Amino acid sequence: MSGWRRERAARDARIEAGRAHAAGKVVAAASVVDLLEAILRPGDRVCLEGDNQKQADCLARGLSQCDPARVHDLHMVQSGIVLPEHLDIFEQGIAKRLDYSYSGPQGARIARMLYGGQIALGAVHTYLELFARYFIDLTPNVALIAGVSADREGNLYTGPNTEDTPTVVEATAFKNGVVVAQVNEIVDRVPRVDIPGDRIDFVVEADKPFYVEPLFTRDPAAMTETQILMAMMAIKGIYAEYGIRRLNHGIGFGTAAIELLLPTYAERLGLKGKIATHWALNPHPTLIPAIESGWVSQVHCFGSEVGMDRYIRERPDVFFTGADGSLRSNRAFCQTAGLYACDLFIGSTLQIDLSGHSSTVTQSRVAGFGGAPNMGSDPHGRRHPSDTWMKAGREALVTGDPALMRGRKLVVQIVETFGEKLVPTFVEKLDALELARKLKLELAPVMVYADDVTHIVTEEGIANLLLCRDADEREQAIRGVAGYTEVGRGRDRAMVERLRARGIVRRPEDLGIEPLDADRSLLAAKSIKDLVHWSGGLYEPPAKFRNW
Amino acid sequence: MEKLTFRHATKKPLAGAKAQAITGVVASGNLEVLLERALPPDACTVEIETPINGYGDVWEAVVADFVARAQPGGIRITINDGGARPDTVSLRLLQGARLMEV
Amino acid sequence: MSDRITDPATTSWYEASARARLDGLLDPGSFREFIGPEQRRMSPHLPLFDLPRAFDDGMIVGAGRLDGQAVLVAAQEGRFMGGAFGEVHGAKLVGLLRAALDQKPAALLILFDTGGVRLQEANAGETAIAEVMRAITQVRAAGVPVIGLIGGRAGAYGGGGLIAGTCSRLAVSEGGRISVSGPEVIETNKGAEEFDSRDRALVWRTMGGKHRRLTGGADAFADDTVAAFRTAALRLIDTAPAFDLATLEAEQARLEERIARFGDCRDGTEIWARLGANDPAAIPAMTTAEFDALLAQIGETTHDAR
Repeated sequence: MSGWRRERAARDARIEAGRAHAAGKVVAAASVVDLLEAILRPGDRVCLEGDNQKQADCLARGLSQCDPARVHDLHMVQSGIVLPEHLDIFEQGIAKRLDYSYSGPQGARIARMLYGGQIALGAVHTYLELFARYFIDLTPNVALIAGVSADREGNLYTGPNTEDTPTVVEATAFKNGVVVAQVNEIVDRVPRVDIPGDRIDFVVEADKPFYVEPLFTRDPAAMTETQILMAMMAIKGIYAEYGIRRLNHGIGFGTAAIELLLPTYAERLGLKGKIATHWALNPHPTLIPAIESGWVSQVHCFGSEVGMDRYIRERPDVFFTGADGSLRSNRAFCQTAGLYACDLFIGSTLQIDLSGHSSTVTQSRVAGFGGAPNMGSDPHGRRHPSDTWMKAGREALVTGDPALMRGRKLVVQIVETFGEKLVPTFVEKLDALELARKLKLELAPVMVYADDVTHIVTEEGIANLLLCRDADEREQAIRGVAGYTEVGRGRDRAMVERLRARGIVRRPEDLGIEPLDADRSLLAAKSIKDLVHWSGGLYEPPAKFRNW
Repeated sequence: MEKLTFRHATKKPLAGAKAQAITGVVASGNLEVLLERALPPDACTVEIETPINGYGDVWEAVVADFVARAQPGGIRITINDGGARPDTVSLRLLQGARLMEV
Repeated sequence: MSDRITDPATTSWYEASARARLDGLLDPGSFREFIGPEQRRMSPHLPLFDLPRAFDDGMIVGAGRLDGQAVLVAAQEGRFMGGAFGEVHGAKLVGLLRAALDQKPAALLILFDTGGVRLQEANAGETAIAEVMRAITQVRAAGVPVIGLIGGRAGAYGGGGLIAGTCSRLAVSEGGRISVSGPEVIETNKGAEEFDSRDRALVWRTMGGKHRRLTGGADAFADDTVAAFRTAALRLIDTAPAFDLATLEAEQARLEERIARFGDCRDGTEIWARLGANDPAAIPAMTTAEFDALLAQIGETTHDAR
């Protein structure tokens, strides 16, 4: 055997061992533990597909039931730490090292386990960053992925939640790795081939359909006047002024309120067709009224959203769909699109400091990054102009040759000055720094760095950080919209008024907005049921969002 | 429960003739504000009962900004707080003043 | 969520505050409040628990006009303590009902929005529930219809559900729910297999406005607007039944028949199918117009049984 084919030979041996528990490629759910114990080796790098939404939960349960004497010291390389099993395997000694991106629901437990030393942490990544490392130095030996259906040759239909799957399979299958797919059913012919069968080594018919979290549904009934006011300011003070057509919205009620104000408030401002036409976005149910009102040209999706499948099928002019009619999402491509082809990212965060650094980490929760640092950054590799991008660039330009000016991506934080339980959003020092100190992290977990943020929107006003010319101005601009937080009350009032005169700080009245007009009657939909009506009955919300 | 009282001198009486108005609801993150035309036109008082202790400074700042902005002379304001954020308090106070002015 | 409303035709009943509901329900400017907020008649019990009080204790009572007719009204604020009955809250409703015996209004309207009895003052609350039910029977016996309007966030649960059962007529919207035990209570006592309280579609199939209307537990189905509830209230006042032995015996007979007919059903949809709905699964998604057409087609759903 040549010295150049050791990985290939090892792969063949793993597959050979796994075949003992399979009929062809097909493995019964009851044999998952046997299969995994046969194909895994101590110290393997393993991607247990945990996406933002879709979860390879049957395989996760199987892995957590493996014998730690046989399967141990695994190095988990997956974007989402979402299911309890994703962390159980560290407690059991099955896994040891972790490189990941996002841990929303497990954020508190992962913090405890990091403090307790049960997890050897590599790094917390952005999605694109982790995907990139799959091809350089974190290539999985084994990928455990999830799809809707497969045929006996392994041709895989991922369903609307394609998400990370193509990226994970690309890195594993083409570099001597083993790919195991759990599917909800084995069929004679898949609706469409998302992953060709020669990249799939084993197919497990799961005992129950994989779990998907409805992560992007915001109930309009819970939207507050404050959030509506902030959305009005964002539309009038940012979307309209910069003519933002290509954009990405983070999750949150502030951004959902913007979506619901497009067919009402923004329509009255005459902005239809001028803003918010091209999107990198999960299929937010709150975007339905804007789509139905003809605002939206197209939407490319990172993943899907529970209940939106029928609606998407009936709107192929707007969404990317396969020959079978269902949504094709792709996290890696959509993240790239959001990074390079969108002129604005707007999202929320938990803490912002006096420079504008922001973080969703608190001392008791490590939520990870997901995609926001990619969406919320100014891509220095961008070379195509747009009016929005150039206008932002002109505002930021302080010195140098105007002929060599480049544009700026707008990165907007939309936050209420106080969060849950009166916790202030604006702080002198991010909790992330304390966490980094305690865990001895080389890099503090900052979500969006100050030099990428261009605007901060709060209920008190908009701070345009592009126009600030020094750190002092920047700090006072931030204090000037920080409301009644300690940071806000610590402002230099005279300086904030000077910044206001220069348009760096803008109050609702400066934008011609009366705060008392911020009323729920402005929302295109006031309830989930309204969204169902807008969709012509095509949107099928999950049970927990129904009240009928 | 923490009880707070603020007294302010005002330059002019609040417009309108309405004797009283109430706005908001005592619910989580919300509050109710009762306004009564019961004081001399150069005075305004704000009494607050809040279940969240230790935010006296913030209440003081919110009330001072409201008084400076609305000049609610002659008005006795009483607040039952359900743990509202300062921006909600500001909004309710302004809504209340508007109701008194009609 | 403002207390003043501009257009009752588009204002959501579910979202409106109790005061805003009254404002849009009654003839403009006709509402006179009894024991208003300025009297600060607040709960004497809540401070013991370090809980905030409300000036009206979540119960607004008064007099007004409905299409010119004199009516007495009571409205619960479902967002304050879940609209629950405490001592002052309950006493205001009892007092209003007693006033009806003197004043003989065209009707007494109760705008329910309650989870039941307030735990912090449970004895007073339970007593109030009993006193209210007794007072309602007296008011009805005196010839004054008592009309319940149910479409708020908290529904009409616990003692509120019991009180609703003693009213002359009930109007309900889709969002409204009527029951004694709430979903969480049933789940706690019987297990999630018996009743999964997080399955909200199941909750609505069991306690929701459409189901209650279909089975005759409510007499009118209203769109979720203040104007629709006004229209429904006016119609129900005109069609309120007499309160006599014949009515009570008829109710008893209907309730017995209901158990005989539907007692073995495992889900609301089975009941709807037996009532003659062709596509029971489609009912929750129906618009009010479609639902009205279904009611007309079934044609047996107006009676006095709850």
